[in-house]
Parts: sequence; structure tokens; C-alpha cells
Amino acid sequence: MILPFFSRASAILDDVRGGIKIRTARRISQVFFFSLFLFFVVISDLRYLKGYPVSLFLELDPLVSVATAITTHTIYKGLLWSLCLLIPSILFGRIFCNWICPYGILHHFIGWLLGKGRDEQKVRIESNRYSSLYQIKYIILIGMIVAAFFGSLQIGLLDPICLFHRSMSTAILPSLNLVFPHTFYVRQYFHIGAWVIGFMLFLLVGMNVVIPRFFCRVICPLGAFLGTISSFALWRIERDPHKCVDCDLCLKNCEGASDPHTQLRKSECFVCFNCIEDCPEDALSFKFVPPLQHELTMPAVQPRRALLGAVVGFGFFGFGRSSGAADRGYDKKVIRPPGSVEEKEFLERCIKCDQCIRVCPTNVLQPSIFTAGLEGLWTPILDNKIGYCELNCTLCSQVCPTGAIQRISIEEKTGLGKFAAEGPIRLGTAFYDHGRCLPWSMETPCVVCEEVCPVSPKAIFSREVTITKRDGNEITLRRPYVDPALCIGCGICEHECPVTDEAAIRVSAIGETRSRDRRLLMDGGDTSAVRDYESRKR
Amino acid sequence: MSTPSDPSQNPDAPGAPDQAAGASDQPAVSRREFLLRTGAAGALIAGSAATGLKLWQPNHFLPGFEAQKGLQLPDFRITSAKGLPSMAIAHGATHEQTIRAAIGALGGMQRFIQKGDIVMIKPNVAFDRPPALAATTHPDALRAVAKLVFEAGASKIIIADNPINSPTGCFLKSGLRAVADEMNLDLLYPETESFSPLQLDGEILRNWTFFHEPFKKATKVIGVAPCKDHNLCHASMTTKNWYGLLGGRRNQFHQQIHSIVSDFALMMKPTLVVLDGMNVLMRNGPTGGRLSDVKPMGTVVAGTDMISVDSYGYTHLLERDIAELTYIHKAHNRGLGNMNWKDTVYKEVQA
Repeated sequence: MILPFFSRASAILDDVRGGIKIRTARRISQVFFFSLFLFFVVISDLRYLKGYPVSLFLELDPLVSVATAITTHTIYKGLLWSLCLLIPSILFGRIFCNWICPYGILHHFIGWLLGKGRDEQKVRIESNRYSSLYQIKYIILIGMIVAAFFGSLQIGLLDPICLFHRSMSTAILPSLNLVFPHTFYVRQYFHIGAWVIGFMLFLLVGMNVVIPRFFCRVICPLGAFLGTISSFALWRIERDPHKCVDCDLCLKNCEGASDPHTQLRKSECFVCFNCIEDCPEDALSFKFVPPLQHELTMPAVQPRRALLGAVVGFGFFGFGRSSGAADRGYDKKVIRPPGSVEEKEFLERCIKCDQCIRVCPTNVLQPSIFTAGLEGLWTPILDNKIGYCELNCTLCSQVCPTGAIQRISIEEKTGLGKFAAEGPIRLGTAFYDHGRCLPWSMETPCVVCEEVCPVSPKAIFSREVTITKRDGNEITLRRPYVDPALCIGCGICEHECPVTDEAAIRVSAIGETRSRDRRLLMDGGDTSAVRDYESRKR
Repeated sequence: MSTPSDPSQNPDAPGAPDQAAGASDQPAVSRREFLLRTGAAGALIAGSAATGLKLWQPNHFLPGFEAQKGLQLPDFRITSAKGLPSMAIAHGATHEQTIRAAIGALGGMQRFIQKGDIVMIKPNVAFDRPPALAATTHPDALRAVAKLVFEAGASKIIIADNPINSPTGCFLKSGLRAVADEMNLDLLYPETESFSPLQLDGEILRNWTFFHEPFKKATKVIGVAPCKDHNLCHASMTTKNWYGLLGGRRNQFHQQIHSIVSDFALMMKPTLVVLDGMNVLMRNGPTGGRLSDVKPMGTVVAGTDMISVDSYGYTHLLERDIAELTYIHKAHNRGLGNMNWKDTVYKEVQA
């Protein structure tokens, strides 16, 4: 009943193709989505944000929603948008890869640019034949899914949307801004490990010289995921063997290396339609439910190699977790953004896209290299030497697509209004290093830390003392203290401390409210002397 | 080329037979080619030597001890008019009325601003705080002053500050960006290139990086400051407001805070200062954070001598003893202003 209707639809598609060439339509789509991606990256800034869905591409990414569903058994807020991409992929195959994916589009363009050396038709045809190397992406995907089942979310390492967002935010925009000041930032941003991320991008893009669409064909776990579900696709490229003269010209511009000249490898096809336009005999067409014997439906992965992928994936969890960074061996510098969930849950949710790092107005958020352990590679931590957490700001939590940083309000963050009973979110606690502090050990007045402390009453207070200096003269100065019941760990004291190489007051993770195990005061700060005093006054 | 090679091992190599043959068989180099090649080599040698000598740094220097130079800031004061007050205190209900009354008592804005003037207004936007917390210049205060300045015929108003918190956040949440957008003021953010070194013969401030960009075109300068408590120097008013024009390692200022603040009176000779005491941050300054830290005082003080204005603010708005405000005494003793405002010509009015 329904079949003739869909056949009609295919026929209509053919007609449209007669109107504007399908290749032109695809190029329009590529330019549109690539520009949209860049637009979102650039406007992820306090000055321009006006409720734009800047994390849309991440929310559309079905690998993000599926992998976080595996780790957390939930689908967070906007991640439901991924259905918009999942459904067409089930119907038409990997159209995402060559029509929408900004990273795929980058590789397509660079592959074309660097592939100029492959002018000779024969060379080009050979470079687009399927290779058994291309099963690596499925092995990577299997490893990541296995790690996810154990609660270690690693897809972000190689998921193209996460990877591209991360590269743009931490490496590309800051380095462009060095050359063209004020293009993206009022003050230059710095990101620890930017060079690793930058050269990683160069390496992956440069590999197009060796193998066209190297990342997309060999590495991409999202491509592998979409390839797997496109086994169910109802439409695909179909070759009419009666018309085909075996010229192999369909391989000339084949993006996915999906062998359209013989049995189509359905899970490799990027649905770029180049083969249809390149076929001189009109033997290729986009068909609704074509016969199964003309295709290789499932991805070709050797089972033992799949097992190897699974074992390595387990290693990320097993070796990573047993290194202790998420547990008793946690680093004092793993200070997570406000609204972050507890560390193990954080590792279940954070996709390392670094959108939070992009949008942070003070540059305090930094990608962790190994501070947060193997599993926490590229996840956000606060470096108060570079920035500090702005009191009245929750931007990082607004852009986080997976709820690793929950979408909190200012009232929830600062513990005001309805949330007065809970108190503020604490990121850690500040501690003095008396040996480095000017009024404590160098007979010099200072207390910048007290000045900038943003809570009221101030968590930093000072006591006036009169001391006899080395030269015999008396000096009266203020020596600062921290009230741990009031400190929220924002780190502005550390950031503004004049001892800039290693501040005389430093925030460490202890006392963070997100983890019951890492709290400092038994009552969460309710017994502060100042609070008692203030409440008695009222 | 000259290494002996066995031709039998590589019989197809094109160079091999030539090398085996005698030198006399080699084609002679033409005079033209000889001259060109020796000329090119010679030119390269000469060029290298010339470049080397040109770039040669024969002497060393002491890193960090190079001689420092900096710009001088012009004097933005107007010539004092006889009989007109140098300070006005106005009490009222709204910013608009009270500021208008205070400036009116000084003789109106036309006394300070002429047609075509480019006016730099310096608010205090140091922190990322909403206006009600009184830690920043109130948007209504900026609006009222800007309106008077435009009414007096100014062609352009620039506002700028180098906040402690992130600049974009501070201007947005203090509500000043909205005023700038609404009234078409030029808002300058403190970008790295906006700073140049300033030279000053201060007690402690001698050469310091300065937010110069707004002063490249400004012909008049008006400071509009809130009246606040300060943890270290007791109070932040119109003199301390100029802190926001400096860059660099400002966190060192606190080691000599009273000297630095008194140096601001030497550094900046403004056309006019306005102290907004409508709502005063009485404690927990300079950041504040709770409405209970703020006390409504319904007063605006405007004047040409920031030391007089701050002296009034400290005793009558923050309600404290002037004896402890060291920087005011320092500035007064150096002749940078008169802290005894009662000895000057002043006017107190009701809006």
C-alpha cells in the first residue's frame, strides 16, 4: 500500500534533481550548516548571547544522547533534539556526514584542496576504494560504548562535534585573536594544552593528504554509529547492473569509499550523490527499499578486533578509575564549574566539548590535561591563576548540553531568595600560605583578597596588628583570615593576589558542595560566628 | 658528486658516463654565466654582512631596568569663576532631580561644558553587581549627568572603566551598557591596546600603564562615583574612582594604598566630579553584596575639588571621622585639594 507512495517520492526527488543539481543542493546545505556552526561558536560570548541555541549541534548529535543515556539512564533537556538527526539517518543513511556535519564539511573541503595532487582520474578512483582500515572507527566506537557502560564517557575525545567545538574554543579562536586582537575577546584568552588540541586538529585535517576524508572514514565514532544504524536505511544508492559498464567512474568523487561500483557498503556511504552525477550510463539512482543482495548491509568488522576495541574501552574505565583521580586520590586542583554534578557522575556526563570554556567570561575554565585523571582529559576545571568564577554568572551551566554542569539560576548559585536555607554553591575553599603572604610574613600591608571577596559578609576578614619592623619602627597592618563557613571558593582572592606566580591564598577543591565526601565543615557552614552575629543583630 | 661510484652498479644513472669522462669534455662556463653566478654569490655575502652589521647589538642592557617614558595627561579643569561655588550639596528624592539641582547650584553644566566638547565620563564599574547593591555607579546617575552634558552642547560622550571583574559582565550587569546604548554614548572596553604608560611625579605613582584610549579625543573629564566603604582605605569616592583608569599590576597598590589614592589627585585634574550619595554602601565594601549594606542618604555632591567632595562624603554620608582617612590628609598637605570644604565657597540646596 505504502510502497508505491514512497516510490513516487523517489520519483519526485529525481525530478527535483533535474531542476537544481543535487550536488548544488548539497553544497548549499554544507555552506549553510558550516556557517551556522561558526556563527554559534563566535557568538558564544556574554556580549552577544541572546538565547541563541549555541549548543544545537551537540544536542543534535545522536552519539552524545545515546552515550549519555547509557551512562546516566537519562536524556538531558535539549539532547532530545538528536531524534531530528536519528530519524532521517534511519531512513536515508549517513546524510549527516556530508550534508550537515561541520567537521565532515571541513574535511570534505580540505580533502578537495589537498587532493589537487590526485588530478589523474585513475589515482582518484584508487584513493576512493574501500579499505579494511575503515573498520577502525567501529572498533573505536565499540571501545567507547563499552567504557560508557562502565560509567566512563569517552566519546567526546573523538566525536566530531565535540572535537570541533573543543578545537575552535581552545585553540583556533585564541590563536586567531593573537593575530587579530579583539576579534573574539576583549582580553586575550589562554587555554592550557591549547597546542596539543591545535596540533591534533592539524594532524587530523592534514591526514587528508594520505587518505581522503581520513577522519570520517577511519576514526569518526559518530560516523560509525550512524553507519551502524544506517543498516536499516530504507533508501540507498542502487546500481543497475544491466546498465553498468564497470568503468568505475562512480568512485572518482566517492566521499565515503562505499564501493558504489559493486555491492554498496551501506554503512560507509555518505549519501553525497556524487556517484549518481558522475555515472555516464545513468546506472546509479537513489532507490527506496532496493534488493538486499545488491548491498553489504552491515559494517564489516572482524569480531576479534571488535573484542580488542571492547577490551581497550574497558581499560579507560578500569585503568582510569583505578588510578584514583575520581576517588580518594583526587587532585586539589580539580575545581569544577558551579552547578557541576559529583565527580563520578561528572565523568558520566561531560563530553569534553568545552562549550563552557568558550562561554566563560573570565577565562577561568581550562581544559584539564591530566589533572582530572585519564578519564577527565579535556574536561573543564578552574584555574584561578588565569581567571576566577564570577559571582553573578552561570553561563557555563546554560550552554552545557549534557548536564555535567546543571542549568542553575543565579539564586541557586548564590543561595539567595528561595535557596537561602541551602546556602550558596561552593566550588572549594581558600587557604592562606602565610610564608608567601605580605602582611603575614613580609611586614607589608596588602589585603587585596579581602577587598575583592564578593560575598556579604566577606569570607575574608582581617585583624589589625601593630608589629615592630626590622628597622625598629612600628607598623600597623591588617592580617587576613578565611571564614570557611562563608567562603564559596570563587577564587577571585587567588586571582587578584599580588604574588602572581603562586598566590599566597589559594582555593582547593575541599569543601565543594557537589560532593558530600568532599565537604569541609560538618554543618555546611551554619555555625559561622559572623552568621550568628548577623542573625542576632536582626 | 665527487664520491667514487661504480658505474656498473648503476648503469642507467645519467651522470655516470660524464663523470667517467675527462674534465676537458665538460662544457665551458660562459663569461656571462660566470659573472652572474659570482655576482649573485658576492651580493649574498655583502647582503649578509650588511644585515648582520645593521642588526648588531654590541652592548648589553639590564633587563627590567630600562629607562621609562610615559605620556602626560592634560589638565581638564576650567578656569575658576569668581563668586561661583566650587562645591554643591543637593538633597532630593531621585538621581535626576538631585544631580540637576547640584549642577544647577554650581552654575549649570554650561559652566563646565562648551558646545562641541568631547566629554569622558568615568563611572566606577569595578564589580559585576546590580545597581541596587550600590557597589557601582548607578545607571540613573550616569543618565542624569549625560543628559546635562548633552544639553550643554557636547558633541560626544565617552564612558570607560577598567573593572576588577570581567569588563563585559560589569558594564552589562551594572546597567551602564543599557544607558550607553540608549543615549548613544561611546563605551570603551579596556582592551590591551587601549593602554599606554603614564608618567607622573607622584609620591609612589611614577610610571604606570594607563587606560589612555578615552583621553585621545576627550576635551573634558567628569568623574561620577558612588560613595562606598572600602576594606583597606576606608572609603572609595571620587578620588579613588580614578583607580579604574590604571592597568597593570594594580594589586600592588594596596601596599601603599593611601599614597596611591592621594597620587590620583595629582594624576587627574578633572573638569568636575559628582559623588552619588543617593544610596551609600556603608559596610562590606568595596564589593557589598546585600541590600542591608546599603543606606539611602538622598544626597549628591558635585564639585571641582575632589578632595573637598570626598571630605564631605566621608563625614556626612559615610558618617565617619575624617582623621582616619589618611589619603585625604596626604592630598591636602600636598596642596592637591582642600579637605576643609567649609572654608571654600559651597552651596547646599534641596531638589
